[in-house]
Amino acid sequence: MDIERVISKRSFVIGFLLLILILFATLPLYSPRYTVVLLSNIFMYVVITVSWTLFSGPTGYISLAPAAFFGVGIYSSAMLGKILPLPAVVVIGGLASFCLALLVGALTLRLRGIYFAFFTFGLVEFIRHLLLFWECTVTGTRGRIVVIVDNTTVYYFMLVIFVILMLTTYIIKRSKLGLALQSIGQEEEAAAHTGVNVTIVKVITFAISATFMGASGAIMATKWTYIDPYIAFNPLFSFMPVLMAIFGGMGHLFGPVIGATIFTYLEEFLITRFPYYYMLIFGIILVVTILYLPNGLVGVIQKLWKRIPGGKDADT
Amino acid sequence: MIVTILDIVIAGLLMGGIYALIAVGFSLQYGVARVLNVSHGEFIMLGAFITWMMYKVIGINPLVCLAISGPITLIIGFLLHRTLFARLRTSSPSLAAFEGKSMLASFGLLFIIQNVAILIWGNAARGYTYLDSSVNIGGAIFAANRLVTAFSAVVIGIAFYIFLARTRMGKAIRAAAQDPETAEIMGVNIDRVLALCFGLGALMAGFGGTLISMCYSVQPTMGFQYTIIAIIVVVLGGLGSIPGSFVGGFVLGLVGSIVSHWQPALSLAAYYMLFIILLIVKPTGILGK
Repeated sequence: MDIERVISKRSFVIGFLLLILILFATLPLYSPRYTVVLLSNIFMYVVITVSWTLFSGPTGYISLAPAAFFGVGIYSSAMLGKILPLPAVVVIGGLASFCLALLVGALTLRLRGIYFAFFTFGLVEFIRHLLLFWECTVTGTRGRIVVIVDNTTVYYFMLVIFVILMLTTYIIKRSKLGLALQSIGQEEEAAAHTGVNVTIVKVITFAISATFMGASGAIMATKWTYIDPYIAFNPLFSFMPVLMAIFGGMGHLFGPVIGATIFTYLEEFLITRFPYYYMLIFGIILVVTILYLPNGLVGVIQKLWKRIPGGKDADT
Repeated sequence: MIVTILDIVIAGLLMGGIYALIAVGFSLQYGVARVLNVSHGEFIMLGAFITWMMYKVIGINPLVCLAISGPITLIIGFLLHRTLFARLRTSSPSLAAFEGKSMLASFGLLFIIQNVAILIWGNAARGYTYLDSSVNIGGAIFAANRLVTAFSAVVIGIAFYIFLARTRMGKAIRAAAQDPETAEIMGVNIDRVLALCFGLGALMAGFGGTLISMCYSVQPTMGFQYTIIAIIVVVLGGLGSIPGSFVGGFVLGLVGSIVSHWQPALSLAAYYMLFIILLIVKPTGILGK
């Protein structure tokens, strides 16, 4: 493959992505309100899923903590929304999650495999019950009112978070950090012996991924007007990204994006009409994906791509 | 004062009996079959609903219903392992990969079983009254059904322990728990033993469900809280250790009873606090290897 083709292909991809970005940026000007709301929802799940994959994809540590970080963002927004301007609230939501993740990571990332999944799940439940207790006995009120922001603003915030996240993921994947994460996933001891500071790499990546969840929680909270610990720390926000990432496939940058988009659309479509069937279908898809699509949708696409003559050189 | 202490301790032990039974099933599924079965609570729910239906429709005594709910969940569990988890096991490159995959698959099962149950029975809480006369133990007063459930749980636990320790099948299960490959070489039909273990775990859940339905109302969404309890107890007792789970169940029951005596709103938070501290300080559990 000569160098000119590589360069032209690369500029083509960048141009294509820019075009999509411009399309998304101008979308609220000409499309109906519903599309904007739906797209913000899709962005929310995409952001949670991609940031989950950022840490859990290469390392293989199954984190069930997204709901905790997302919830911290929601609560920062509920507590500070009236005092501070919106961008500051979103940044603080992200930072609060970052700090929590640093603490949790430093405490627990020496737990391996299934223990880590346990712990992160327990963390969500613990924060929720503690908050509930605090609200019931100390403040005497359950839940909080969140300042409302119009849909277009929410959309733009989500779009910006999404773009920053995709750039971060891309850069991390290409950097030494990404390589270190990959080696931790394959054989942690070997990674440590080759000079990777395993603990710091894990904790930093965990905290970066939490930042995006917190920031998106802070902005999405404004859509719900009222929140309480049950809404903010709903364990479903921990399970959905795992399912979406597995369904989409974690082998490629866009796998989680595809998975999250399809599932959010499916949710919008089914949940109002057949709520129980939605959860049933959700379960069936999860089982079938694990059984028959170990590499997710992206894995299937890559396999098909290789069968097309000439497609073998394509870097997927 | 003594009556209060007696009250707290007995209430804790009564609750602990059920916790122990649930956790033993969960521990068996994880310790031998290596499936972290997040849908364990859904089998409890199935057992509870089967009992409720039998009592309401045909009028079968809930204690007799143990002989119905248990075998049904056993068969479901056995077949699930044969079709789903055995497949995952052979297709997974490593044990860690299998554990991750089987946990996620059981999440799928959780949603499937729960929502099928909602479609069949509706989302309302159901209940029946059985043996609700009160019994006086040294000044502390308890409902008779709670004594019966705790007693049954202990009997089932002991019977199961004897099965593991004294029978040929129990020996095969213990061998499979220690080293599946070597057990297979020694002539143990490993696929069948693992499926049986998963089924036996589901059987315990079915028993637990029947016993729970005697004291509490039943609902299709009730399962998950018991799964969480099982996870906490199993970590408390040491992952994979069956006697540990049994003891852990009683410990957790006592902790819950003590905390809810001082501050009822904090009992669940206390469980998680215990859980988190334990994972940080001693992840192998109080009786862990």
